Amino acid sequence: MEKPGYWRSGLAIAVTAAIAFTACTPNPASPSTGPSASAAAKRGAGETLNILYWQAPTILNAHQATGTKDADAARLVLEPLASWDKNGKAIANALASEVPTVDNGGVAKDFTSVTWKLRTGVKWSDGSPFSADDVVGTYTYQCDETTAASTFDVCEGVKSVTAKDPNTVVVTYKDPQPFYFQWGVGGSTLILQKAQYANCLGTKAKDCPADQKPVGTGPYKVNAFKPGDNVQYDLNENFRDPNKPFFKHVNFKGGGDAASAARAVFQTGDVDYGWNLQVEAAVLKPMAQGSSVGNLVTVYGSSIERLVVNFSNPDASLGDNRGEPSTKHPFFTDIHVRRALAMATNRQAVATQLYGDGLSGKATCNILTAPEPMNSQNTTSLDVCKFDVAAANKELDDDGWVKGSDGVRAKGGVKLKILYQTTVNSVRQSTQAILKKDWESVGFSVELKSVPSSTFFTNTSPDGANHFWADIEMYTNSGDPDPTSYYASGWSTGQIASKANNWNFGNYGRYSNKDFDSIVDQLRKETDASKRNQLAIQANDLLIKDVAVIPLINRTFATSGIAKSLKGVDPSPWDSEMYNIADWSK
Amino acid sequence: MGRYVIRRLLIAIPTLIVISFVIYAILALAPIDPLSQFGADPRVPPEAREHIRHALGLDQPWYIRYVLWMKGMFTGDFGTSFMSHAPVIELISQRLPNTLAVVGVAYIVGVALGIPVGLISAVRRYSLFDHFSTAGAYVFFSLPTFFTGLLLIIIFGIKLRWFPFIYNSNLQVHDLDTLVRQLKQSIMPIAVLGLFDTAVIARYVRAEMLEHLPLDYVRTARGKGLMERFVVLRHVLRNSLIPVVTLVALGVPAVFGGAIVTEQVFRVPGIGELLVTSIGNGDIPVVSTVVFIFAVLVVLFNLMADVLYAVLDPRIRYT
Repeated sequence: MEKPGYWRSGLAIAVTAAIAFTACTPNPASPSTGPSASAAAKRGAGETLNILYWQAPTILNAHQATGTKDADAARLVLEPLASWDKNGKAIANALASEVPTVDNGGVAKDFTSVTWKLRTGVKWSDGSPFSADDVVGTYTYQCDETTAASTFDVCEGVKSVTAKDPNTVVVTYKDPQPFYFQWGVGGSTLILQKAQYANCLGTKAKDCPADQKPVGTGPYKVNAFKPGDNVQYDLNENFRDPNKPFFKHVNFKGGGDAASAARAVFQTGDVDYGWNLQVEAAVLKPMAQGSSVGNLVTVYGSSIERLVVNFSNPDASLGDNRGEPSTKHPFFTDIHVRRALAMATNRQAVATQLYGDGLSGKATCNILTAPEPMNSQNTTSLDVCKFDVAAANKELDDDGWVKGSDGVRAKGGVKLKILYQTTVNSVRQSTQAILKKDWESVGFSVELKSVPSSTFFTNTSPDGANHFWADIEMYTNSGDPDPTSYYASGWSTGQIASKANNWNFGNYGRYSNKDFDSIVDQLRKETDASKRNQLAIQANDLLIKDVAVIPLINRTFATSGIAKSLKGVDPSPWDSEMYNIADWSK
Repeated sequence: MGRYVIRRLLIAIPTLIVISFVIYAILALAPIDPLSQFGADPRVPPEAREHIRHALGLDQPWYIRYVLWMKGMFTGDFGTSFMSHAPVIELISQRLPNTLAVVGVAYIVGVALGIPVGLISAVRRYSLFDHFSTAGAYVFFSLPTFFTGLLLIIIFGIKLRWFPFIYNSNLQVHDLDTLVRQLKQSIMPIAVLGLFDTAVIARYVRAEMLEHLPLDYVRTARGKGLMERFVVLRHVLRNSLIPVVTLVALGVPAVFGGAIVTEQVFRVPGIGELLVTSIGNGDIPVVSTVVFIFAVLVVLFNLMADVLYAVLDPRIRYT
């Protein structure tokens, strides 16, 4: 008997789709102040704002979010103390009345505490008053390990969050924290109503009905939520700014795929905002450029696709010592080999062929590209940043690496054989293919490996980025507006991943350099902004000259389509794309 | 007959327990990880992941989780989704109306069209209609729904702009205008699925009819001088429909299961779409419950088909 066949074929599609989705790195959520909408903008003057996310939100509490989609959908309702703007500066567009600085006394000189002044007269959407107690309540909820918040990382190193008075909150860190806005600014510290979450603390957090309908202070409130499908919001009459928000309703629809979301923005104009349109550049570019109804909006941040070089020995024959920091890589400890590899890396070809040359990414030779004052201008002239096969060959010739009959160079019985791993993702596999060709032409032998991203980004898998049992690995990572922890966890000696720390530390390449460590130490203490910028640039230049890492592509954060009639959208790479939705209008 | 039904129902219990065990075991063995969504996000540190794993009870062995799940099922608690923290049964009840409005209607359309098409092409065998319907049936049966779906979207959604290709599940039908909008947004998925069902059923009806037409009782009926219409409708069709009824009954659970691909293509937030995203998210409580409910429906409708068979065909007796 024949039976309808959609069941079977469905699963195959589902699995492929799931792989394709997870392969794309979602960007972190963070806010900033946008240009204020036109002066004529009035509360409720617009009808419905249609937002389309091809991943549907499943929960509206950002602390339980499983992805950007959830954190973004929560951001219409919940607010942090302050948001991040596109330049990596904190802005007071949320619950704090001003941004604390060292100068105004809000930030302690030793970076151990921040005192936040809250706005007065703010009400929750249910009409009850907001106070410092709610902020403390959020901290208590979020930073209790048993709550299992997915935003727990911002609790790291926080000693306490206390209410000095109903309008003042003090955030205290255990140690000096140069990134003193870690707790309080951006999408990871959205403030929940204490009363609503009173019964959701700790282990009760996982069955909390409030997560479907949080009460917030933001411009909109949840009317109806169908997890995995859509959220309908209404204007919050208790929002503190009497002129905002502009729209009476917001319809936040989820599901489908990026390609048809792009069509809905650029071709049919069915939606006003289409999120994360990760479609092949060759398809997206003409669609966006030829559109009469929509524009493509992108913003660059610190999201860098990079090649991490392994300084330890991943040879399986070492047994328990495999990849331990005590071992030495057979040839990558030789600076000339690293330089040759860097010079044989054609990042421009990757940017042009795979990232639409500026559409979803551009070539870069900096490992820190933002905030802009920390973006080094010194690297473009470096030889290791220029694609030059001849120079790469010469570097290896001069260093005594001789090509054998198989075209692979060797010296003292050591062959330049590279295992190059990354996640399963069509763009990444194409990148691997482009780089492999050039590397092999200068005498490396390259074996490619790709691992599903769910396996790649775990500390438990031998195929993962953390174990790094390969020679080169490629992925994207990005930093905070303050680069200290990005540098420290990525390349400082104290953060080398090894079996002793369960491969949990972030220095996967097991790179160790005293000069670099000392720059990081200075970054931990320096309070002067311009000196901090210099230190950040020094650290970048050192890593690039020493070829501790080979940056490839500066990837865009938001790659969203917006209706030409929609005003006020100004995405920030450090915050949620929805951070300034109160300012959006038509 | 009554005893037969009771016996079958009793046999269904161990069957379902075995099925539930298999479902859970497969999910436990499958490389799906509820934390995979965090996987690509380097901002969720390993210790936070461990807390989440513990909070979801994932640090317990899968057979213990299975026992807990079964215990919940018996007490009517179908568990809570890992992703949305909402009761699974609530998620299902939110989506069932969409599935019924699209897949259910499509199935009705398929049956309503399939039977007459199959009938006519059998009676007018080798006529132009027969050739067209047979060719059409093969085309719609062979083309995957994701292909025809995309084709329709490109033609009617994007080029002609007749129909929206984003399904609005919040649309309440209460007047003519909203009914028209509901029809507009569901006509493409209904067409895709309905044509597929039509093709299947038409082929089946045609084959059955052709088997019956040359039989003796048909000749007798004609010999009695009955009008051809009565011969075909009252005698041949009725007998030919017996296996078709079974086929249709067995297809009903698939309606509740939703049309995975088609729902995905047209963004219809139905059960199938829920299942797909939940598999992608590793949302084990949702996946296991949806699949288990599906299994229950399959078992029940199998029984129903068998019973119907006996009702329709007096020659069949169950003891």
